[in-house]
Amino acid sequence: MSISPTTIHWFLACKASDVPSNGGVCVKYGEEQIALFYFARKDQWYATQNLCPHRKQMALSRGMTGTVKDEPKVACPFHKKTFSLIDGRCLSDEAECSLSVYPVKVVDGQVYIGVNEETAMVAV
Amino acid sequence: MKIVVIGNGMVGYKFCEKMLTKSAKAPVELVVFGEEPRPAYDRVHLTSWFEHNTADLLLATTEWYEQQGIRLHLADPVVAIDREQRTVRSHSGITETYDYLVLATGSAAFVPPIPGVEKKGVFLYRTIEDLEMMKAYAPHARSGAVIGGGLLGLEAAKALLDLGITNIHVVEFAPRLMPRQIDDKGSLLLQEKLGQLGLKVLTSKNTKKITGEESVNGLQFTDDTFLKTDMLVISAGIKPRDELAIAAGLPTGPRGGIVVNEQLQTADPFIYAIGECALYQNMIYGLVAPGYEMAEVVAAHLCGEMKAFTGFDMSTRLKLIGVEVASFGDPFSPAGDCHSIVFEDRLKGVYKRIDITPDGQQLLGGILIGEASAYNMLLQTVKNKLALPADPASLLVPPAKDGASTGAGVDGLPDEALICSCESVSKGAIGEAVMAGHESFDDIKKCTKAGTCCGGCAPMVKDIITATLKSQGKYIRSVICEHFAYSRQEMLDIIRINSLRSFDEVLDHCGHGEGCEVCKPVVASILASLWNDMILAQGNDTAQDSNDRYLANIQKGGTYSVVPRIPGGEITPEKLITIGMVAQKYHLYTKITGGQRIDLFGAHLSDLPLIWKELIDAGFESGHAYGKALRTVKSCVGSTWCRFGLHDSVSYAIRIEERYRGLRAPHKIKSAVSGCIRECAEAQSKDFGIIATEKGWNLYVCGNGGSKPQHAVLLAADLDSETCIRYIDRFLMFYIKTADPLTRTATWLNKLDGGIDYLRNVVVHDSLGIGAQLEGEMQLLVDSYKCEWKEVVENSELRKRFSHFVNSPEEKDPTVKFETLRNQKKAAEWK
Repeated sequence: MSISPTTIHWFLACKASDVPSNGGVCVKYGEEQIALFYFARKDQWYATQNLCPHRKQMALSRGMTGTVKDEPKVACPFHKKTFSLIDGRCLSDEAECSLSVYPVKVVDGQVYIGVNEETAMVAV
Repeated sequence: MKIVVIGNGMVGYKFCEKMLTKSAKAPVELVVFGEEPRPAYDRVHLTSWFEHNTADLLLATTEWYEQQGIRLHLADPVVAIDREQRTVRSHSGITETYDYLVLATGSAAFVPPIPGVEKKGVFLYRTIEDLEMMKAYAPHARSGAVIGGGLLGLEAAKALLDLGITNIHVVEFAPRLMPRQIDDKGSLLLQEKLGQLGLKVLTSKNTKKITGEESVNGLQFTDDTFLKTDMLVISAGIKPRDELAIAAGLPTGPRGGIVVNEQLQTADPFIYAIGECALYQNMIYGLVAPGYEMAEVVAAHLCGEMKAFTGFDMSTRLKLIGVEVASFGDPFSPAGDCHSIVFEDRLKGVYKRIDITPDGQQLLGGILIGEASAYNMLLQTVKNKLALPADPASLLVPPAKDGASTGAGVDGLPDEALICSCESVSKGAIGEAVMAGHESFDDIKKCTKAGTCCGGCAPMVKDIITATLKSQGKYIRSVICEHFAYSRQEMLDIIRINSLRSFDEVLDHCGHGEGCEVCKPVVASILASLWNDMILAQGNDTAQDSNDRYLANIQKGGTYSVVPRIPGGEITPEKLITIGMVAQKYHLYTKITGGQRIDLFGAHLSDLPLIWKELIDAGFESGHAYGKALRTVKSCVGSTWCRFGLHDSVSYAIRIEERYRGLRAPHKIKSAVSGCIRECAEAQSKDFGIIATEKGWNLYVCGNGGSKPQHAVLLAADLDSETCIRYIDRFLMFYIKTADPLTRTATWLNKLDGGIDYLRNVVVHDSLGIGAQLEGEMQLLVDSYKCEWKEVVENSELRKRFSHFVNSPEEKDPTVKFETLRNQKKAAEWK
């Protein structure tokens, strides 16, 4: 899913200090679950759907983060399928579905995740 | 040049592939007609269709043909060839002209003229459609039979097993199974092994008729015996598909097959025949490798290269229903022309025979059943007429445990030695590719295609890669991943010498990038093995593998299982009640594990600290079931109750489990203590196992259960309790310091130069002079042990991490679903 900047809706996810360095947490947004990751070494934030498309498990927020050739990624704890945090594509299996990714911003120590407005209306 | 190919099987496909490679400079027009509805697929691995699906078997997609500019007509067989006009006409009415025509029509199953073959429930075993029909019929059948005990017949029997049929008979006309490949003794042994899997074999049976009304219900044999069966698969050999050639007036053999010369040309120089439809010197080559070779020869010939087909080695190695069977060279040399050396081990189910020339100089051929790891080397010895060792019987002795038997041999092979016979890749070609910079097996597969077809040559290809790199003076080591260019052992030294204590420090010191799911757990494990800091300490928490990070095992659906430590499997009634009450309170599924403990499944992440609070209050501690760490020390009841027991195995097991609890290692570690030689604790299947003797304890090491079971080997005998523990200290610490990531002790020992003798020297005789150091390092870990769960329960910051939603910590994951089974819950099946 790509989000065009004109329809973005930012919601408050959590405090930056709630998220472990170089790890992830799961954010509840209405009925949705979003995985939020913090790469402390480069001070970068990423967000994806929490559902691993491989076995449909709500697990990505508990996965291990890392990089492959400098591209940030997360590995699902179930079968170690890895996904790019930039565009959500599956890095370990070309045939696997990709993840939805969301923009993240941090203002005054608060983390906001951007969703498009249609999702926002359904979710709230 | 326009080439029409009739037939889109494995060989027809291979011809297209070879033609494209060779004709890169002068493009050819390729048109392919295939009778089956899908593009070429891997018929050799047809049985794997049950485990995978059609797509996995396909050799190339229809898009591939499009991209290559090949016109592919599927489900449209050619019905006529006009040799004068040089055209072919297909069933749907397409007419194509050709400059050259390649017949790759393959073969059909040979159906013997037995009355009743038309009945329902009678099948052939040849195509995916055959399998689909068998699958649809199988639910109605409880018993099955296969006519034909050859290679394909046994594959068909495997297919019936996979379809869930339990009562299966294989019926063979000859007095033995696989009459073309193996001898009577080999067949008997194979029959025994198949019998263990529930396959019964009837030999010397001639089927008179297939009985039943509309559907098959049995087989009537000529010796007036009868076999009841609900389903029958006929696999009695192949019949070359030569009907088109006959109609076109091309000469064929008396028992079928299109006659071809060394260039695979038929009597018409513009028409070639390759694969199982071609008859070369009165021989049909019913294997894929010679078919590929024929494809190569024709492609070469059409591109103006000089190449000839001069027969092909029919050596073969395969795994039949889990049993290795191989025959190589000429396995049936007449008795007068050779000496046979036979090795038979009925206990292990191994039979090997090699035939050598009477002067003992050369190997002629042989048969291997039950264990065929020497196949590649023996085949190369025959093909290259290599000199035999002074004692040729040494070729048959099972390989040494370090698995170096084939590795030691590749140096002796000439460059011409054909390593991958499917893709005809020589040792020289692999060596050249390695020197050109293709240094991994994956790279070699891509650039030479070696090992991409049947995969049988893979170990030898890997050995050649290693040998070539070594000959170039390259240091061969396995680095962890792109973030750390070091082996695990080097990483351990770097971390220890520089006193690095967190993943970030290690990354700053000797790594690149951010790390990944491969290197993070390795580093985290090394840090724990060296310093024994709390694994969830700030900075290292997210470097732990996901189970370690939550100190529990993630299970289907995203809930966790909890395993409290029950040392030696001994537990008081009070503690049992606590486990029961906790399970009841948190709605957990309970199961006794194989390691004499109790596993509690289905715990929500946020319940984990609550569950552990109650368990710890009752005196339990973490069982480390989630970690690459010591799991359990299983025990038999021993001399306190057992009338055979020599020593108190339970007390010793508890002592050992409490000594090594929480010990982080390259992989999980299991142990057991048996109170006497009856070995009720199964100590010889453990990473280290202890068995009581009259005089003390015998210490066994490096055993394994799992997918590759391996018995532990005796490290030292009749030890007193203190010495035994000192040796275990040294053994475990040496393993922790030298093993590759995720390598169990059994595999570690198999790879260790010098094997068990070397290990015994280090541990028992202290040959490296590090015995005291290893013991000291272990003592440090033992003294600094703390229960991780106790620390979490007592630390509110750590507890915070155990919630599913960061912005709604009390709420559990609403998507978690359970079902009910035998009055307990189970995880909902995943999709």
